[in-house]
Amino acid sequence: MEFLIASAIGVMTAAGIYLVLRLRTFPVILGISLLTYAVNVFLFSSGRVFVGAPPVLRDDVTFYTDPLPQALVLTAIVISFGMTAVVVMIGLGAFLGSDDDHVDDRTDAGQEEDAA
Amino acid sequence: MSHWLIAPIILPAMMAPFVVLAARYHIGIQRVFSIAGVLALVIISASLMWVASDGTIMIYQLGSWAAPFGIVLVGDRLSTMMILLTSTLALVVLIYAISSRWDERGRHFHALFQFQLMGIFGAFLTGDLFNLFVFFEVLLIASYGLMIHSGGTRRLRAGVQYVLFNLIGSTLFLFALGALYAETGTLNMADLAQRVAMISPDETAGIRVAAVLLILVFAIKAALVPLHFWLPSSYAEAPAPVAALFAIMTKVGAYAIIRIYTMVFPTDLDATSGLHDVWLLPVALVSLTVGMVGILAAKQLDRLVAFAIIGSMGTVMVAVALFTESGIAAALYYMIHSTLAAAALFLIVDLVRSGRRNLMLEAQPAIAGAVPIAALFFAAAIAMAGLPPLSGFLGKLLVLQAAFSNDHSIWIWAIILATSLISILGFARAGSTLFWKARAMPAEPDAPATTEPATMSYVAVGTLILLLGLHTVFAGQVHGYTTKVAAQLFAPAPYIATVLETPGRLSENSSAEGY
Repeated sequence: MEFLIASAIGVMTAAGIYLVLRLRTFPVILGISLLTYAVNVFLFSSGRVFVGAPPVLRDDVTFYTDPLPQALVLTAIVISFGMTAVVVMIGLGAFLGSDDDHVDDRTDAGQEEDAA
Repeated sequence: MSHWLIAPIILPAMMAPFVVLAARYHIGIQRVFSIAGVLALVIISASLMWVASDGTIMIYQLGSWAAPFGIVLVGDRLSTMMILLTSTLALVVLIYAISSRWDERGRHFHALFQFQLMGIFGAFLTGDLFNLFVFFEVLLIASYGLMIHSGGTRRLRAGVQYVLFNLIGSTLFLFALGALYAETGTLNMADLAQRVAMISPDETAGIRVAAVLLILVFAIKAALVPLHFWLPSSYAEAPAPVAALFAIMTKVGAYAIIRIYTMVFPTDLDATSGLHDVWLLPVALVSLTVGMVGILAAKQLDRLVAFAIIGSMGTVMVAVALFTESGIAAALYYMIHSTLAAAALFLIVDLVRSGRRNLMLEAQPAIAGAVPIAALFFAAAIAMAGLPPLSGFLGKLLVLQAAFSNDHSIWIWAIILATSLISILGFARAGSTLFWKARAMPAEPDAPATTEPATMSYVAVGTLILLLGLHTVFAGQVHGYTTKVAAQLFAPAPYIATVLETPGRLSENSSAEGY
């Protein structure tokens, strides 16, 4: 269980970082989504991993999981979801305006190469 | 428990939807409410600072849940000083935005402006790290909207870079918070300070990772080299009043570094030793150099000012990285100065832009109102470059004095003095090209007649210069106050005690009340 979660976080982070370093908007946004998935699972596991334990404190419950990371994850999911929507809209606007979806500051030489 | 501490967050949070819902088609009503809201914020933050000035630490428990279970807002000398600086800057910027009609060039400027203020105030006042993350997101999402205000392809492209960079920063922040929570089981700053000190010396791997991740996040916000790449194009392409307001945003990063790394990870904590002097100080010196060389190398006036921001943040961080009382006091004095000077310069850039084809640093025919604009540029450039008589000079002097007892004082002195010279050259070159050479250029026959900027625009910029002048004249008093702020930061016991021992629901001494 621990291995599964740890490797899932690692693989998603690695893939996310690779995609974030690409030059065009679409892979970068996909990479950021992967990174946010990875961080959500990471936050989830920051309260330790338990299977089948309720996330509540009651007097007669002795085996429970930490409820706070779940609240944190919920906040993080909502925020990253909204932010991804914002960046998709701004990226779409920039692409439609300039017919170019590179995320870097293009030099004139680079644009001439594309045109050639 | 007084409710005034949350007023700087609640007021803009109510004002923004009101402006959107009730006054969306009436720019006049929007302006009135926006100005009234910011005026009220200035008064509230000034009174909060007055209350905190004698060393009182105000606390507000949301839902009256006791810390560390509930979220708390804390107002000490540093927080209240920063919110007064923010609201004063916001007032001037808003006057400029209205007088230059920037707010009419797109939709919902005033609502986004209020949300932006809400995020900044929240970040300054919160006593909880996850809440700090949430307020960072509030101020960022408002800043995305403000940054692409009135659109245009170039601005949207710069906006994409800005948003993507900050999204990566937010993800990094979440990783840092997860690591901190896994190690300590709390995210309340005061509680963290106690628990981090209890971690045994041979189990520090996790907490060291968390400390480094956190400082990376704040360094992105503070635009420290090599994490500064988002700043030049986004500040240069943003609408001028927005860029002027953004002058406070880099200071949010500096504030967070000062707050967390004096309280949670102090210099005498073994686990994170070396982070302050071995890493932060050289990085700050490099950003200072990069920023000031950028001033000399810039081909456009707006980029020049953006690099001036990086350079001045470098100076602030050099002083912060000393992590002594005199260092922090000097950093805070310089931080106030650099916020006002950077905002003034961005507004002057806009005054210049309105009369020219572009902002390239080349001779073009003289613009309308060149004489007062040149005078304002002269004053602001003197302040930013750190020449006497304005406060930049005093600020740098304080930083140099604070660095005198440091082991690396030779490096600090040499780099600050050399970069000051470079920035003076850069500003002199820009000013003479823009204003002197323009007088020798014949007016273009088919050029459209440029109109002189509105009087209130001059008043807004003049107010910033006036504030810089007051910052210089009352330097003794201001520096005395920032010394008291620094003293409070280096004696965090009252802060921690106030946060953790104020009774509320679920606290140990009122268990009957909790449920």
